[in-house]
Amino acid sequence: MTYRLELRGITKQYPGVRANDAVSLRVRPGEIHAVLGENGAGKSTLMKIIYGTVKPDAGEVLFNGQPVRVRSPQEARALGISMVFQHFSLFDTLTAAENVWLGLDKGPSLDEVIRRIREVSGEYGLEVDPDRPVHSLTVGERQRVEIVRALMTGPQLLILDEPTSVLTPQAVDKLFVTLRQLAEQGCAILYISHKLDEIRALCHHCTVLRGGRVTGEVTPAEESNASLSRLMIGSEPPELQRATPVLGELALSVKALSVPRNDPFGVDLKALSFALHGGEIVGIAGVSGNGQQALMAVLSGEDPRAPAGSVHLFGRDVSRADPGVRRALGLHSVPEERLGRGAVPTMSLAQNTLLTRTDAVGPGGWLRTVGMHGMAAELIARFKVKAGGPDALARSLSGGNLQKFIMGREIDAEPRVLLVSQPTWGVDVGAAAQIRGELLKLRDAGCAVLVVSEELDELFEVCDRLMVMSQGRLSPSVAVADATVDQIGAWMSGLWTGQGGAHVPA
Amino acid sequence: MFRLEPRPAPSRVLTLASPLIALAVTVLVGIVLFTLLGKDPVAGLRMFFVEPLRNSYAWSELTIKATPLILIALGLAVCFRANLWNIGAEGQFIMGAIFAGGVALRASPESPAVYVVAVLLAGVVGGMFWAAIVAALRDRFHASEILVSLMLVYVAEMVLSYLVYGPWKDPQGYNFPQTITFLEAARVPRLMQGLRANVGIFVALAAVAVFTVFLFRTYQGFQMQVGGVAPLAARYAGFSSRRALWTALLLSGGMAGLAGALDVAGPQGQLTPYVPVGYGFAAIIVAFVGRLHPVGIVFSAVLMSMFYIGGELAQSRLGLPKALTGVFQGLLLFALLACDTFIHQRLRWVAAK
Repeated sequence: MTYRLELRGITKQYPGVRANDAVSLRVRPGEIHAVLGENGAGKSTLMKIIYGTVKPDAGEVLFNGQPVRVRSPQEARALGISMVFQHFSLFDTLTAAENVWLGLDKGPSLDEVIRRIREVSGEYGLEVDPDRPVHSLTVGERQRVEIVRALMTGPQLLILDEPTSVLTPQAVDKLFVTLRQLAEQGCAILYISHKLDEIRALCHHCTVLRGGRVTGEVTPAEESNASLSRLMIGSEPPELQRATPVLGELALSVKALSVPRNDPFGVDLKALSFALHGGEIVGIAGVSGNGQQALMAVLSGEDPRAPAGSVHLFGRDVSRADPGVRRALGLHSVPEERLGRGAVPTMSLAQNTLLTRTDAVGPGGWLRTVGMHGMAAELIARFKVKAGGPDALARSLSGGNLQKFIMGREIDAEPRVLLVSQPTWGVDVGAAAQIRGELLKLRDAGCAVLVVSEELDELFEVCDRLMVMSQGRLSPSVAVADATVDQIGAWMSGLWTGQGGAHVPA
Repeated sequence: MFRLEPRPAPSRVLTLASPLIALAVTVLVGIVLFTLLGKDPVAGLRMFFVEPLRNSYAWSELTIKATPLILIALGLAVCFRANLWNIGAEGQFIMGAIFAGGVALRASPESPAVYVVAVLLAGVVGGMFWAAIVAALRDRFHASEILVSLMLVYVAEMVLSYLVYGPWKDPQGYNFPQTITFLEAARVPRLMQGLRANVGIFVALAAVAVFTVFLFRTYQGFQMQVGGVAPLAARYAGFSSRRALWTALLLSGGMAGLAGALDVAGPQGQLTPYVPVGYGFAAIIVAFVGRLHPVGIVFSAVLMSMFYIGGELAQSRLGLPKALTGVFQGLLLFALLACDTFIHQRLRWVAAK
């Protein structure tokens, strides 16, 4: 039997890093094949080679037994390879059908496309209304549009890059049903992920990558999370040590906070209320795009439009204070986007310390270069940041290393309140464990920590209380010990009793 | 079809050498141009690259042109680094000249020698005032600073014409549109008898030092640059974008105004409708060729001044049009942009579909 896709000895060298080192991989028709690996293990490069956006330095690609040279995504699609990217490429102002239409290489009429969308979505249980503009769709619906677009060409190989990171647990189950149905019809699926449970539940085969090399080819159903994790990172992540929380004083209090969206595709915050005490970690779960970022911007001071009296920091009304004032009171934040927001890409790490730390600013605004370099060097050493040194440009760091640097910069400031968005997004397993450990240490030192994350596992691991955000509203909080994944998953669709976000003490 | 693709790691050496490569390209095109015009290319290039440096008179003229270019470009470099596109430095230059002229006209034979300081300060205020209009409209109404600053150039020219054709016209000037020649106390002191060079060049060099420190060693300078390259990071850090807007525009307006004051109180000695000669626009090229770095700006200002003088010499000695100055200045900027494009990207042939 011929393989649908076979890679032989694929090698790709980038300046300073070998992204793929003699990688071989085989996928049969009708097989759901996982590609497992940490961030930076070379998964994305490999997929880009298959999809024709990156040229390998060495190695062969065989499709249905024939050697092929894929030079562009158009050629890939012509062969029957489709890809659904992690970050959607849809135009907000166009309808679902128009977006699909734009993505097709040869143009049938729009009516024809709408008819085909209805067919495909009916066949696979992917509910998509072709006439709705994309900005009115939830993230899950947008992903369905992407998948429908990928299926329109009747692919023989479908590549999905971290497809579940934006879905509720219930939506993940629905996606899996669709994928299994596709596979039964003979379509081969490459499923890229670092979520071990999902891979074990869904995939027939699994190729594990570490540092650009294949470290194992296994049948996931026969493996445990621990054994997969060993293949992926070479060791098991250390267990987190949790002490019982000692609640301190009221740090951040939010009352009846309503803020209208400031861009047409944003989310209105609706009457949010909650309290955050020193010594606890509160998590905000929810599918991305439900107002979490708007809330964080209002709390950090980047968006100063909160109504007076709605945000108090240690008893002081800071609703309209700028980030500098709040930082002086001990509130630090780590934004979701690292490059361009948490750090200036074209500046050195030493200079980037100046964004939130003024230790090296002397009288009259004079900068002490030695102080800046010293702090950057200290952060690099303490948080094990892989970087060329304090003079390395922020953009030269990998996403995970930059996150370690930014987290380190804020943790090192010994904040009394810390707001964190996606603390371990794109960070490898070892570093993620380190960051979570640091968050717990901060909590034990009496800091109040608010974490926004899409990863439920992570929230359950570090938080003391959980809240869920949906369509700009906030659910009551629930102690992690009393919460279940099913309950939080249901809340993520906005289904909690007493809508309006009344505060229930933990 | 050809396609531009970003290079993974642009060469550092080439990035720094880019202005030199651009200069070489400019010279090569110059040779072709002179040949096509039927002139000896060696003689032509001499006018631009040798004659302007030949003797003390030539050097003196060079400083006269380089001083305003350096001053204006310093201010513009701050603006451009803060991602504010003040392209109306010419207008701020004119306004500085008008304010300085207004103060200079009030000098009397008894005025002390330091009177010229008041003249220069008036120039700074004039330039700042003109740039403040841009800042205010941008701050309050989000008006594009590009359009507003550019259009204010023409307003400033009209104001200047009105004054020299009207209220400020020299009564004994045979009805020529010009003011009286300023008294000695209102003039910038010359460096040497017989040469036009004045202390302005030292003011410019001091400004280079001050701007270097401001940009690279002060918190305020750092904040402005963050606002320019990563506005979201500036917001996250809590750096005020309004403060950056006002600082950058007032600084660049003030520097352009100072340049205008030095020019009318120096070599010109009076206000005429011919005060604006395009320094404000040429300084945009100076700022970019100098890599928006104060020290780089000194070199590029000297180069641009050589083009000015070379153009005049080519006209008087070789009978070539003076417009050659503009051609060379434009070529240099064009070549620099092209160099930068190819250093950061590469051209690839992609088979057409």
